[in-house]
Amino acid sequence: MSAAQRQHLLSVSGLTVTFQTDAGELRAVDGLSFDLRPGEILGIVGESGSGKSVANLSILGLTRGPDTTISGRADFDGRDLITLDEEELRELRGNRISMIFQDPLSSLHPFYTVGKQLIEAIQVHRDVRKEEAAERAAQLLEMVGIPDARRRLDEYPHEFSGGMRQRAMIAMALANEPDVLIADEPTTALDVTTQAQILGLIKELRDRLGMAVIMITHDLGVIAEVADRVLVMYAGRAVESAPLDALFYDPQHPYTWGLLGSITRMDRPRAAKLAQIKGQPPSPLALPTGCKFRPRCPHAFDRCAIEPPLEPRAGDPAHADRCWLSPDEKRAKRVVEGGEIGLEAA
Amino acid sequence: MLRYIARRLLWAVALLFIVMAVIFVIFNVLPTADPAQLRAGRGASVEQIEAIRQSYGLDDPIYVRFARYVEGVVTEFDLGTSIFQNNAPVRDIIFDRLPATLMLTLGAVILWLAIAIPVGVISAIRRRSLLDRTTMIATLTLISAPVFWLGLVALYLFAQDVGLISIFPGIGAYSEATTFMGKVSAMILPWIVLASATAAIYARYIRSQMIEVMSEDYIRTARAKGVPEGLVVRRHGLRSALTPVVTLLGIDIGVLLAGNAILTETVFNIPGIGGELASAIGQSDYELIQGIVLFGAFFIVILSLIVDILYAYLDPRVRYT
Repeated sequence: MSAAQRQHLLSVSGLTVTFQTDAGELRAVDGLSFDLRPGEILGIVGESGSGKSVANLSILGLTRGPDTTISGRADFDGRDLITLDEEELRELRGNRISMIFQDPLSSLHPFYTVGKQLIEAIQVHRDVRKEEAAERAAQLLEMVGIPDARRRLDEYPHEFSGGMRQRAMIAMALANEPDVLIADEPTTALDVTTQAQILGLIKELRDRLGMAVIMITHDLGVIAEVADRVLVMYAGRAVESAPLDALFYDPQHPYTWGLLGSITRMDRPRAAKLAQIKGQPPSPLALPTGCKFRPRCPHAFDRCAIEPPLEPRAGDPAHADRCWLSPDEKRAKRVVEGGEIGLEAA
Repeated sequence: MLRYIARRLLWAVALLFIVMAVIFVIFNVLPTADPAQLRAGRGASVEQIEAIRQSYGLDDPIYVRFARYVEGVVTEFDLGTSIFQNNAPVRDIIFDRLPATLMLTLGAVILWLAIAIPVGVISAIRRRSLLDRTTMIATLTLISAPVFWLGLVALYLFAQDVGLISIFPGIGAYSEATTFMGKVSAMILPWIVLASATAAIYARYIRSQMIEVMSEDYIRTARAKGVPEGLVVRRHGLRSALTPVVTLLGIDIGVLLAGNAILTETVFNIPGIGGELASAIGQSDYELIQGIVLFGAFFIVILSLIVDILYAYLDPRVRYT
């Protein structure tokens, strides 16, 4: 059975999220589609404001409010999450689909012990006694590698180190053995060695528990470390979707070239100046017409006035992008001095 | 924890000592009326005034007088005597007046919290709704209304003797009441009047606290965990939003017990500390004023001590060191 034939666990299509603001209508996510397969780690990469967090929060109904409009579909377990009512969604949240966040200190309640917060996560979804839940909480902390778990249940989040806090967050998210873990920049607030440990833990737990993971990040290094497949987001939409290797070795969209060109690599001689993508991401209040990357793209031509759809163009059905250039043109244009991939020659 | 409390207690004692020194300086060193002359009365001879000065030890050096004052306060809570009330001990006058003020304050506190917490929380959650806008305009009106005016309006509307809808006991009912329940019903209008402005301030404060707290990351975490929204508000939101209110409450209770309910007490003719302070000021009864001020300071120091200890208990991030 090929990868494409395997059934999808979560299938998002045409997801659009708009916020009514004082400055006008803000379209944070626009027609986003992606699939998540059981047990895979899908990396979603993009700059701040590219809509990657909003899209995932919206799937769980966490952006709902009087000023928010959410449309499109998000099929999970035979149901469309976008149309579920609050109570039905609440039953799924933290139970079948869990989420962890960027800053574990501010994401944990400062006034309650870690144990109490873990027990709450269990008891919200399971009808168990407190002692039983406490027992399970201790096991969860042990599972995520927190030593002396039973004693640490009685400690407050501020008594934990940064890495330990994120481990506790992960334990809380996995309390009810979810099918999907959405990790929203889980390592951004941590130092480098702790980052590697947390990523290793997430991978290990994925292998052990078999859940699928959506890893949201702005860091291609994190993607390279853990992802099986990658979605590159720009201005609220996916501009490229590819298996991990294809993204790094045969990137199709100029924005992806820019991202790849702007990372520092230990295995290459250091460039005199770190490459960067010129200009600013467009304001979601005033998006350009046609291809959204056009104003920043050195390779734009007249056809770019019409926005290209996300579809396979490089020969591999699993590798889709939104760029009108032919695959040969792309391969010719993306190579910069020294044979490295980049947006343009320095 | 014990060390923390001990340290706080020591600090409270030091603070009270400083307060006594400041009060002593204000009433004995800065030029006020000569206490000996006040006691001697009009038309007393120089010899008479001098005799009084000696018999009260007012001719002793200032530090001796201060030491005597501190010793009196510490050993027998001696706050001096009121010359306008037949040399009655100030301490007894205060204790006589305290129950009315205590009852007025505590009842008003319960009332304003019972109003402010639900109003603040609901208008924070239903932000920009009709309910929110209406209550915020109402609170602004109440904050702007002076207590004496509100008191008179309340009497005009509801007092049994003069009110349009005579349902509540009016002026002086507290002194006339003989039973506890009689005193409680006499307090209904004063409670409402004293609580209304503060309830409005608290409702606005709790609203803004709650709006801030509900946008915290840990609220998002609670929702992502699948906690029902009602519990998110109460267990995760309200708990954080109300913690700083404890600080405010400690100060406000202290200030009211120290005589700041003066306007309400005056309007309703309630024999409390505030009313006593008002008449003492009117008569230049310095020892009585001095006693009430020290007593008030005592309340404020004690309450802030309680607040500090309570706060350390409520917010585990506060260190007990």
